[in-house]
Amino acid sequence: MPFIDVNGEQLEVDEDGFLQDPEKWNEDVAKYLAKTEQVEELTEEHWKMVNYLHDYFKKYQIAPMVRKLCKDNGMDLKKVYELFPTGPAKGACKIAGLPKPTGCV
Amino acid sequence: MPELRKTPMLDQLLDGPFPSFVKEIKKGAEKNEACNDLLGQLELSYEEKITHWKHGGIVGVTGYGGGVIGRYSDVPEQFPGLTEFHTMRVNQPAGWFYKTDRLRKLLDIWEKRGSGLTNFHGATGDIILLGTHTDELQNVADDLAHEGWDLGGSGSDLRTPSACVGPGRCEWACIDTLDIVDTLTRRYQNELHRPMWPYKFKIKISGCANDGVAAKARADCSIIGTWKDNIQVNRTEVVNYVNGGFDIIGQVVDKCPTKCISYNPVTKSLSIDDNNCVRCHNCINKMPKALRQGKINGATILIGGHAPILQSAFMSWVVVPFMEMKPPYTEISDLLEKIWEWWDENGKMRERTGELIYRLGMRSFLKATGLPAVPQMVLHPRTNPFFFWDKEEVNQ
Repeated sequence: MPFIDVNGEQLEVDEDGFLQDPEKWNEDVAKYLAKTEQVEELTEEHWKMVNYLHDYFKKYQIAPMVRKLCKDNGMDLKKVYELFPTGPAKGACKIAGLPKPTGCV
Repeated sequence: MPELRKTPMLDQLLDGPFPSFVKEIKKGAEKNEACNDLLGQLELSYEEKITHWKHGGIVGVTGYGGGVIGRYSDVPEQFPGLTEFHTMRVNQPAGWFYKTDRLRKLLDIWEKRGSGLTNFHGATGDIILLGTHTDELQNVADDLAHEGWDLGGSGSDLRTPSACVGPGRCEWACIDTLDIVDTLTRRYQNELHRPMWPYKFKIKISGCANDGVAAKARADCSIIGTWKDNIQVNRTEVVNYVNGGFDIIGQVVDKCPTKCISYNPVTKSLSIDDNNCVRCHNCINKMPKALRQGKINGATILIGGHAPILQSAFMSWVVVPFMEMKPPYTEISDLLEKIWEWWDENGKMRERTGELIYRLGMRSFLKATGLPAVPQMVLHPRTNPFFFWDKEEVNQ
């Protein structure tokens, strides 16, 4: 598995760049991961979604479904893609320090 | 270029009269390392009877949540060419009509940026490009867009809608499958590229009940061409069939699922009770010169088909026996959007539409879509004498 270097700390990520240990997540890690997902700067709106996802995962050990994620944050999907151009699963969840959401082809 | 890998087990698939994917991958292996490693890894899987692909990956291109499927080998040290071997789906043209120069350009892009291996066409109907690296994904998407192609669906989104060749080549097409698939694909770009639902949703369109794209078995929403009025009978041709030795009783009368056809051997005449005909198309297939579909055409809409995931495999079932299919296809769109809204609101993760209808009941589905209950929805008539009214419908 590859590692990323955030402020001198080596953090393990999977092949798609998702953090392996959610406990290691913090603001600096989020800022680092944001750059890998075409988010140059995390604004207040970004943080709202990122913190929501992080808290949701902490509570339920799973990422929310997209409809719930939009509803709970009062955003439509278009807005989510404006904030996170690589989408809610690949972009927002990664920045929020969630492990790779299980998807299906 | 390293030596071609030895593949004694795969080589057995080269025997026999059938086309072989092994032969094609070997051709690719002569000029591409990933193809060579692909043969090696597959041979290893045959030996060990286990897959060496890791489960799922999340990769993509800007603005899209679907269209790319992450693939990684779990033995990359043995097969470095497969360290990243992602699949891309490309939206096929309606009816799979291509010009050769367009195909050549598509394949040029893929040989330059990927393994060169393709699958025309995947079960979903779209073009599958097999094997490229993460840092090439955006380049491929950009190159494709430049040539007028777009990615298809994957994940929990609207999968690339697909249709049979319809009026493009077939005399039996009751609806313009090509126009419908094109219209719906363009209309639902957001749903196609941005996964938002509990799970996948497939739309397939067949021009007639012969169901050329197997919509009934493979689509959450099957749109199947049919007719409303009576089957047209050419009496002279019926006589010609019989005089020619055609087994009209065995092939047509006995095969009619609702027994609505009868034949009089004395007068050599065929009569059809159209009110009891379910438009299965068998009699027309058997006697195409004597029987034609009716003249008032439209589509039957079916819901719920899918392969086994949470529950067993489902065949889709009728929810609208006859719908007019004229541009701009507003009626089918209204229905689809109501279904999506209800399913998205109520569906659990990975629950297909058909499974949700089973879980919450047909009554809930009908209420959400505003469709009237009709006899055609009943699978086995007279098997269940109970009807459960809603609380608010009962006078207390």
